[in-house]
Amino acid sequence: MGQIELKGVTKRFGDAEVIPPLDLQINDGEFVVFVGPSGCGKSTLLRLIAGLEDVSGGEIQIDGRNATAERPAQRGLAMVFQSYALYPHMSVRKNIAFPLKMAKMSQREIDAKVDNAAKVLNLSSYLDRRPGQLSGGQRQRVAIGRAIVRSPKAFLFDEPLSNLDAALRVNMRLEISELHNTLKTTMIYVTHDQVEAMTMADKIVVLQAGRIEQVGSPLDLYRHPKNRFVAGFIGSPKMNFIGGAEAAKYDAHEIGIRPEHIDVGTTGAWQGRVTVSEHLGSDTYLHVQTDYGIINVRADGEVALHHGDTVWLTPNAACIHRFDQSGNTL
Amino acid sequence: MATQASRAAGRLMISPAVILLFLWMIVPLGMTIYFSFLRYNLLIPGDNPLVGFENYQFFFTDPNFWPALINTLVLVLGVLLITTIGGILLALLLDQPMFGQGIVRVLVIAPFFVMPTVSALVWKNMFMNPVNGLFGWLATVFGLQPFDFLAQAPLFSIILIVAWQWLPFATLILLTALQSLDSEQLEAAEMDGAGPVSRFFHIMLPHLARAATVVILIQTIFLLSIFAEILVTTNGGPGNASTNLTYLVYSQSLLQYDVGLGSAGGVIAVILANIVAIFLMRMIGKNLET
Repeated sequence: MGQIELKGVTKRFGDAEVIPPLDLQINDGEFVVFVGPSGCGKSTLLRLIAGLEDVSGGEIQIDGRNATAERPAQRGLAMVFQSYALYPHMSVRKNIAFPLKMAKMSQREIDAKVDNAAKVLNLSSYLDRRPGQLSGGQRQRVAIGRAIVRSPKAFLFDEPLSNLDAALRVNMRLEISELHNTLKTTMIYVTHDQVEAMTMADKIVVLQAGRIEQVGSPLDLYRHPKNRFVAGFIGSPKMNFIGGAEAAKYDAHEIGIRPEHIDVGTTGAWQGRVTVSEHLGSDTYLHVQTDYGIINVRADGEVALHHGDTVWLTPNAACIHRFDQSGNTL
Repeated sequence: MATQASRAAGRLMISPAVILLFLWMIVPLGMTIYFSFLRYNLLIPGDNPLVGFENYQFFFTDPNFWPALINTLVLVLGVLLITTIGGILLALLLDQPMFGQGIVRVLVIAPFFVMPTVSALVWKNMFMNPVNGLFGWLATVFGLQPFDFLAQAPLFSIILIVAWQWLPFATLILLTALQSLDSEQLEAAEMDGAGPVSRFFHIMLPHLARAATVVILIQTIFLLSIFAEILVTTNGGPGNASTNLTYLVYSQSLLQYDVGLGSAGGVIAVILANIVAIFLMRMIGKNLET
């Protein structure tokens, strides 16, 4: 079981309220990703759930039990830190065994569990090394190993992949997703990278300035963003926003259109000049200077347009998002 | 420093400093060794003939030698024990967020800035003196007989004074080490179910091992040659109860005017320091690797 519910949780540091009253329901077995720009309070929220910070108000329930006043160890949650926080003076085996040793488990039981975790994470041949002798990805796996041996109710990940290089990050992303599929334990994952959020999450929580902007499945957020912030944050490359008269045509204060929903041709609605074209092989990202500003377009990989070429852009009318004065979706 | 030429130039540039430091060390050491083989007493003018190991034989058979050796080791060990353990505890205390942290830290460092003779005199006259001292006064307040520290427990009193001087040094180094501990490690341990005591023994203490090693090594070097505190408080007495090797060398060469004997004692003190250093490096030197 690993059901977590936040009821009116707030957090203040002195006079600054970093998290205004916030409600959130996390179901058992869900992979929930907190995503938002840096400083939006997502890590603070995770630390509140972990018990590393005290809440200023509200209630945290774990499996229906009020855990607000419980110490971190009593909550039965395991956390993987951004810096991995491995104990540098202990071998990998001792690192993974540490929580079990603290729980006063018998040595035989500890050995069995550690060996099992090491097998799952492909760490068996590194058990006698120190963390300093491991690569970034291996350290990451040790940190995860230390979390899974306790069989926690939920895993908390605090930007675990941000210290890895790009190729390794993709690998670890897959490994964590796979781990979730095998363990079926609740996971809460904090990241500022919307690609990680989109690829891993069952449910994404988009945060800004401590407020929840929207909660939903990745495709739900992609297709039906509640407001301009979510629309701009989810999706890569970013959505284009156009205001003024052009937006008025669609009866909106501002319209948004994703780069992949714009067709490039020799005739069309908007005329512009290509300033930069990025050829990725599978796609071509065009930056087009138009009367409405720079518009990003994601075109086919075969498109052979270069700096200075004149193009016409046609938005796919069905995929236009309309926003009102205050940024909410119409 | 990549090319042959730049490497040669580099060596040339640092050679004056290296040569100066080397001479600075080797000339006094060489002269001490030379004097230690001479019969060289300032009260007996005339020739200073070479006498082989006679001075060493005299020094070893001096009834004060073994007590002085033991006193030296007791003094070093006692001060090390008090300063490392006390330093760790003080560092833990000072690491807590509290009101007036900056001022408290400056106050803690203060004893280190007081010169040894002054601090020893302050302790001798204002604290440990059975008539005028604070401790004596406290004892009379509680109706007890004042304790004459420097007469009854001279070595222990000197250990106390020296430990008071070196405690700030240990505290400072251990405090900075404590502050360099990644707070995420402590939080991870907290999540793993480690209470405050477990966190101290499993996470903090291993992290402090390297700093503690540095403290022990540096202090040992200075503690082996404690002199001023003994000179101004007990003069090595009563009897030889607080005489260490350094003080014995002083009394041989300057009180008895026997330069040869004092030099032999100096050489023995150097050898002892090296033995202690080798032992220390064997025991705790591995803490300094990577």
